Amino acid sequence: MLDSKIPSGPIEQKWNNRKFEGKLVNPANRRKHTVIVVGTGLAGASAAATLGEQGYRVKVFTFHESPRRAHSIAAQGGINAAKNYQNDGDSVYRLFYDTIKGGDFRAREANVYRLAEVSVNIIDQCVAQGVPFAREYGGTLTNRSFGGTQVSRTFYAKGQTGQQLLLGAYSSLMRQAGQKAIEIFPRQEMVDVIVVDGKARGIIARNLVTGELTAHTADAVILATGGYGNVFFLSTNAKQSNASACWRAYKRGAYFANPCFTQIHPTCVPVSGDYQSKLTLMSESLRNDGRVWVPLKAGEKRGPNEIPESERDYFLERMYPAFGNLVPRDIASRAAKRMCDENRGVGPTGLSVYMDFRDAIQRLGSATIAEKYGNLFAMYEKITDENPYQVPMRIFPAVHYTMGGLWVDYNLMSSIPGLFVAGEANFSDHGANRLGASALMQGLADGYFVIPYSIANYIGGTSLAPVKNNHEAALGSLAESKARIDALMKAKGGQSVDQLHRKLGKVMWEFCGMARNEAGLKGAISSIQKLKDEFANDVRIPGDEHLNSELEKANRVSDFLELGELMCLDALERKESCGGHFREEMQTPEGEALRDDKNFSHVAAWEFTGKTPKLHKEPLTFENVHLAQRSYK
Amino acid sequence: MKLHLKIWRQKGPKETGAFKDYTVDNASEHMSFLEMLDFLNTSLVQKGEEAVQFDHDCREGICGSCSLMINGNPHGPETGTATCQLHMRKFNDGDTIVIEPFRAKAFPILRDLCVDRTAFDRIMAAGGFCSINTGNAPEANSILIGKETAEKAMDSAACIGCGACVAACKNASAMLFVSAKVSQMALLPQGDPERGKRVRGMVAQMDQEMFGSCSNTGACEAACPKEIKLENIARLNREMLRATFVE
Repeated sequence: MLDSKIPSGPIEQKWNNRKFEGKLVNPANRRKHTVIVVGTGLAGASAAATLGEQGYRVKVFTFHESPRRAHSIAAQGGINAAKNYQNDGDSVYRLFYDTIKGGDFRAREANVYRLAEVSVNIIDQCVAQGVPFAREYGGTLTNRSFGGTQVSRTFYAKGQTGQQLLLGAYSSLMRQAGQKAIEIFPRQEMVDVIVVDGKARGIIARNLVTGELTAHTADAVILATGGYGNVFFLSTNAKQSNASACWRAYKRGAYFANPCFTQIHPTCVPVSGDYQSKLTLMSESLRNDGRVWVPLKAGEKRGPNEIPESERDYFLERMYPAFGNLVPRDIASRAAKRMCDENRGVGPTGLSVYMDFRDAIQRLGSATIAEKYGNLFAMYEKITDENPYQVPMRIFPAVHYTMGGLWVDYNLMSSIPGLFVAGEANFSDHGANRLGASALMQGLADGYFVIPYSIANYIGGTSLAPVKNNHEAALGSLAESKARIDALMKAKGGQSVDQLHRKLGKVMWEFCGMARNEAGLKGAISSIQKLKDEFANDVRIPGDEHLNSELEKANRVSDFLELGELMCLDALERKESCGGHFREEMQTPEGEALRDDKNFSHVAAWEFTGKTPKLHKEPLTFENVHLAQRSYK
Repeated sequence: MKLHLKIWRQKGPKETGAFKDYTVDNASEHMSFLEMLDFLNTSLVQKGEEAVQFDHDCREGICGSCSLMINGNPHGPETGTATCQLHMRKFNDGDTIVIEPFRAKAFPILRDLCVDRTAFDRIMAAGGFCSINTGNAPEANSILIGKETAEKAMDSAACIGCGACVAACKNASAMLFVSAKVSQMALLPQGDPERGKRVRGMVAQMDQEMFGSCSNTGACEAACPKEIKLENIARLNREMLRATFVE
């Protein structure tokens, strides 16, 4: 039985109760304990820096050359916090409520409430680090709006909020590295978790430059390795974002929760050709001023500026008047898909819709628009060679974020004691759909304010006998990792890893993307099984084990193939529609997601068995928010 | 498009490298520069040849992983553009393109086009931060910062740490990188308590990493994909003078 370890008391008291009940480690004893952090994005860097400040010995691993290159850096729009600086009705409770509703009632109330509660501390912390948030002339912080809310609670630094927040966390991390409290291992990738007596006691890391595999032991391990959107090959994730650390932990006993919950972001630059290596997001903040539309007439051939006002369909404003262009991402994406399915899509492929700034430019002037979104407009123009000040942007949904991830309890500990999971890598706070500007909030909440308490509570309350790096469990993991790499290097087929990965991506996008159905998912599972054999027999990795991008990719894609199959299985099993998971069989007459709270108000946590994965259900109870059909009309 | 590529191949830090010629047929003008290299690599792998190693990740100009000297220019011919945002439509059919790693003593070549820029991390560890532990922070709006000041700090903070400034500089100086961080912190009240310690620490570490001296030619500013301004270097010099004489 899954124990979520939610503290007792009313929801406003739970986090306080846990902080008080939790065990502590006295400052002099902290230096006797080693904690490993894998990943240096917002969650990893903030957790590592804080643990270093508190006096633990911290080892940090990143496959990047520098911790500052983690993919959090690419987040554009902003970070939510319930500061209510705008005096427009925001509160901790409203942020909590919006997040539960936005996630279509598939997240744990207690976790989400804590997230909303600590959100205000995050902004204070970042400002104190020197993060240059946007400000008013009077010198106070300013805000903008994001999807799924009716208040302005998003803090931002131009279109580079993720960059600035990550550089803030990175600067704290480097400060600890300079003080020798933290040791950083760049260009090293986790390939296994070392489990001793059922507890996570270290990792096997592969040095990507030398190819060397090394065991590192510790008292606790934190995975902050991001999401798995790259299963789809084309996504807005960075090229090297991968699921391997989580997947290897899954294979050692950590449950994987809600793998089918993926977020398809409505506003991305459309695919332009089959050579395309990734998709680029255009920030949701643009929907504050950009109006989304398609031609009224199917098969329209005229250019956007030749279509008069009366022949345009501002479909989000029409369908959802209360929230307009700022409906949540899953809803906006499905609406765009519906327009394209009606043959009203635009652009050379017919697979895009317009996002138009004409009215905002008329109202505010192009200088103001440039000040708000200049870098995004420039990015768009570089990619498409079109000037969005003159012609509307063309956008289409793309895979962006994964709400699913390793199952964790309230303390962010996985089903392997001593293995903690933070940020996008865990499943915890966003339910079936994440609201915009909430990923940065969750990453930093986990790292700065939750993980440090959880680590103290775990280490303070657990007897941990020393484990050396020549322990038989470490040597066993080392040997298995080596065998795996050797097997990959032996294959002498005719296809590059990318070619095989693209095939997986096509299957996933078509059958486990914006719309899913039983027959499609069953077909996808058998296609992926065939693809796994094709991969084993026909992949080609020329070269040796020292700095070899083909080997790195093969190692990751072999995990994506297995994870893709689990995603389809989870999507098949969840016979309801909720948030980003849209089962075509379950929809309202208006085509909205139709939940089945009686049978599916649970977290689906999958256990690796070696054969068919075993499903465990953690029931979700809603004591504070009334379960209702989401409405943004 | 048909392209002739001269690409630097080098097995490891201690080995001797050399240019190798490749021809790419059927590249599309809509490809990004890195997609063109992916396309080349796929054809090499299919023939059983080793893929060209290059650093990259976000491919939207923000992570700072990508590098490359393209026809002698860091990040290629376009101003304000990282290699990953450069598209082949900026080249002509039949062009010969020379592709090298960023070259500097402080950036040893790891393999082919990949270099080691961890010297930047060590400079950051020597002072590129505000010493504030988690939980110490005062209420965010308790210190007011004017809009213009905040925006100026943001302009400096936009640096992606790619090292193009070093690669462009005849002295391989890291002054633009270091000055961007020093400026961001010097402009903000949060950076004030440690301003002297910060600039001294970062500059000392920069020298120790064997970056060269700045002679104000401005090549760094011209090459910077984020258009970080030379005035940051002037501000660093002021900060250094202040630290020497005032503190």
